[in-house]
Order: sequence, then C-alpha cells, then structure tokens
Amino acid sequence: MTTIVRKIARYGVRDLIRSRWLLGYAGFFAIATWALLRFSDTETKALLSLVNVVLFVVPLANLVFGAMYLYGAREFVEMLLAQPLRRRELFAGLYLGLTVPVSLAATIGIGAPLVLLGVGPATLQTGALLAGIAAVLSAVFTGVATVIAYRIEDRVRGLATALGVWLTLAIVYDGVALLAAVQFADYPLERPMLALMLANPIDLARLVLLLHFDVAALLGYTGAVFERFVGGTAGLTLAGIVLSTWVAVPALAGARLFRRKDF
Amino acid sequence: MIEIQGLRKRYGALQVLDDVDLVIHPGRVTAVVGPNAAGKTTLIKSILGLTHPDAGTILVNGAEIESSGTYRSDIGYMPQIARFPENLTGADLFAMMTDLRGDAAPRDESLIDSLGLRSQLQKPLRVLSGGTRQKVNAALAFHFSPSMLFLDEPTAGLDPISSSVVKDKIAAERLQGRTFVLTSHVMSELEELADDIAFLIDGRIRFSGPIHDLKKATRQLSLERAIAYVLETGAAA
Repeated sequence: MTTIVRKIARYGVRDLIRSRWLLGYAGFFAIATWALLRFSDTETKALLSLVNVVLFVVPLANLVFGAMYLYGAREFVEMLLAQPLRRRELFAGLYLGLTVPVSLAATIGIGAPLVLLGVGPATLQTGALLAGIAAVLSAVFTGVATVIAYRIEDRVRGLATALGVWLTLAIVYDGVALLAAVQFADYPLERPMLALMLANPIDLARLVLLLHFDVAALLGYTGAVFERFVGGTAGLTLAGIVLSTWVAVPALAGARLFRRKDF
Repeated sequence: MIEIQGLRKRYGALQVLDDVDLVIHPGRVTAVVGPNAAGKTTLIKSILGLTHPDAGTILVNGAEIESSGTYRSDIGYMPQIARFPENLTGADLFAMMTDLRGDAAPRDESLIDSLGLRSQLQKPLRVLSGGTRQKVNAALAFHFSPSMLFLDEPTAGLDPISSSVVKDKIAAERLQGRTFVLTSHVMSELEELADDIAFLIDGRIRFSGPIHDLKKATRQLSLERAIAYVLETGAAA
C-alpha cells in the first residue's frame, strides 16, 4: 500500500468515524447483541438470531450507505482527481476509507457486548467468527457499491439498483434456490445446491456460520454433505477463497470503472 | 503554456468537443466562454485529466499529460460546486491536501485571512454556508501557489466583498506571472480580468485570441456585446 493510499484512507476514516450514521449503525448492533443475549434462553439461540440480523442488515446497510456516500463524495473526488495522484491510488484510498470504518463499526458493535457481558468461551469464539464474517460482508458490499456508483451516473437510479441487488441476493435468490430444490427433489442436488450457495456471498456466509453451530444435523442428508464439505479443512479453505474472491472482484471491478470514468 | 490539438470528446450522440485547437499562453488570463453545454467544463476537465478525450493531444509545458498526474502538482483547481466530506473541518481539509501534495510546496494562506476564513476552519464543513464553502474552495485552489489555476465560476455564490477579494487576488497573481483559465457567466467580470478569450459553441472553438481582437473584429465596445454579436449573426470572428 502506498503512502498516498494510506493518507487518503486516513482522512476517509476520520470523516466517517465522526458520522452520526455510522455511530448509530454500530449502536444498533451493540443493542441487538446485548438484547438478544439478555433475553434469549441460551447464548447459542441468541447468536443464531444475531446471525440472521447480521446477514440481513449488513448487506443492505453497506449497499445503501456505500452508494449514498460515494454519490455524495462525487464533487470532492473531482477535486482530488485534480491533485497530482494516480487514479488507482485514489480509488484504493477511497475504498479503504469507506470499508475500514463500516467493517469496524459492525465488528465492534457485535464484539463489544460479547466481551462486556462476559459470555462463555464457545460463544465468544462463535461471536468472533460472526463479527469477522460481518466485516468481510461489509467489504463485499461496499465493493459492490463502488461498482454501482461509478457505473450509474444518476444517483436515484444508483440507489434503486443498490436496493435491487440487495433484494435479489438476500431474498429472491433463496426463493429461487428453494423452488429449484423442490422442482428437482428427485435428483441428487447436493452439488448444485452447494454451487448455488458459493455463488451468493450472503448464503455462503450463512452456510459457514450455521455449520459452526452444529445445527447441520437439522438439515438432514444435505446438511451432512455440507458439513462434510465445509466442516473439513479443505471445505473451509474453499469457503475462505470464495469469500475473498467475493471481496476482491467487486472492488477490482470498481477500480477498473473508476480508472476509465469521465468525471 | 498549454497546447491543445484536435481534441474530441463524444458523450453518446452528443459531440461535446469537436476538433478543438487552443493555446493557453503563460502569464495570461484566458476566459473560456460559450453558451450552456458548449463544452467549457469538458475542456477544462480534459486538461486536468478528469475526462478522457476520444482523440487529440494536450501538452502542458511541452509534455503530453499522463496518468501519473505529476503535471498536476503545478495546477490549482477550483471546481464549480464545492462539496467536501461533511464531518471533516476546514483545517482537516487543508491538512489533507498538504499531505497529498507533499510538504515541499510553498503555502499561500493570504486568502484564508482576506476572506475571513480563519475562524471557520475549526468547524465541520457540513455546518458552513454555501458561500463560506465556496470561499474555502477558492482558498484551496490558491493554497499551493501553483503556476496554473483553473477556476470554474470562481465568484458564483460569493458576496460582493468576497468576490472582489477573489478578483483582486487573481489580478495580483497574474502580475506574478501565473496562468489562469476562467469560466464565468458574468461578462463584465471576464472583461475586467481576462486577457484572452476562448469562445466555444457546440464544442467548436469559434474564436480564440486577445479580447480586444474580438472586439475589433466585431466592432463592439464590450465583450458582452461582441459575444452577443457573434452568437446572433453567426459571424466567424
């Protein structure tokens, strides 16, 4: 990372950590985590509910907030482009300046109550995994937000697209997958389903998290296949590689659009 | 010295710049004028490297502009719209630009004082009024004593006192040998400040050269009337 990238990122972080929006976002996770731990029968149940909250809120918040932030920064980016910098450095600085604070906000929001309430070591470990997944998903979806913001000129259309992407990946996708599973129930579906889950970062995150909870048995034969797949070192490595790809591809696509864009 | 040759840019069906040739002479103030959507901003953005032209060459001080952008260390830019990160203060903004430009550049803080910005710099930029932000924008363009300045509507949104301060600053820095490229819709202002004019219509240069040449050619007394004359008669000056 060049010093220029670090410098731009540092001011991005400084701007965002003073943002009330981000404070509210971290506060939301802190309150949700605290409340779920406080009012659930067991810590495992609390974390399971938290998984659903995280998988629902993190993609939505990062797509919408990321796109809004990038559209709002448009004029300032023009000013930065007139400075003696390379575009790729400017993009890297802007991306990190956005991704690092939003990832940290989610991580701290989830992590702080777990530490403060003094949960058991198993819960702490699962919570740490959840906080880590939240950070990775944040990076995925701020990357997607850069693609939207630098591809679509009009900000209303851009925000609509951000919502559309979220609806597709978070809701429609599972519906279609379920429909396919029912339609082709007579066929061996484990491998195609696995492929479908790898292709959607939200589903992949859910898969990694749920299997960590030892609830795979509830998923029947398919669950066993998944557990054998993700539970092993090879499976976890593959899941990690695919998630990293999901972080890298949108960010690189955003960088490419940014480099070629006419401001 | 900025030399532009055969510059073309098309957005979809719209030919924004159509074979533009232009020389911007050092130590002079060049006004880029023309009706709305004539290509003024696209021309400036092409020189700054914000827009990629379809064809043509742009030489800044004899060297073709390149993507590393080192040539921009000698350029100050005041965009038309001033929007800054909401939660940074003015002081943060100046520190950021200094960080990015490198500490070696000499600083010119005179506009911070003459525009009365000193007391505003500790406030978050989001609470500043539009006019105050425009002042910050102006002060930032001059801050690193660049030898070339691109000012897009520099006095728009400023009160008369601040507007005079900025205009005096432009005149003073021109005497120091700096090169200016201005756009404005206020012709009297350009007449007061500019030496040369680049008159764009539909992406083509209709006239470029000293203002008094345009006035002589059109036999008009003011720049405003000379421009109106060219627009109405379609005369190639």
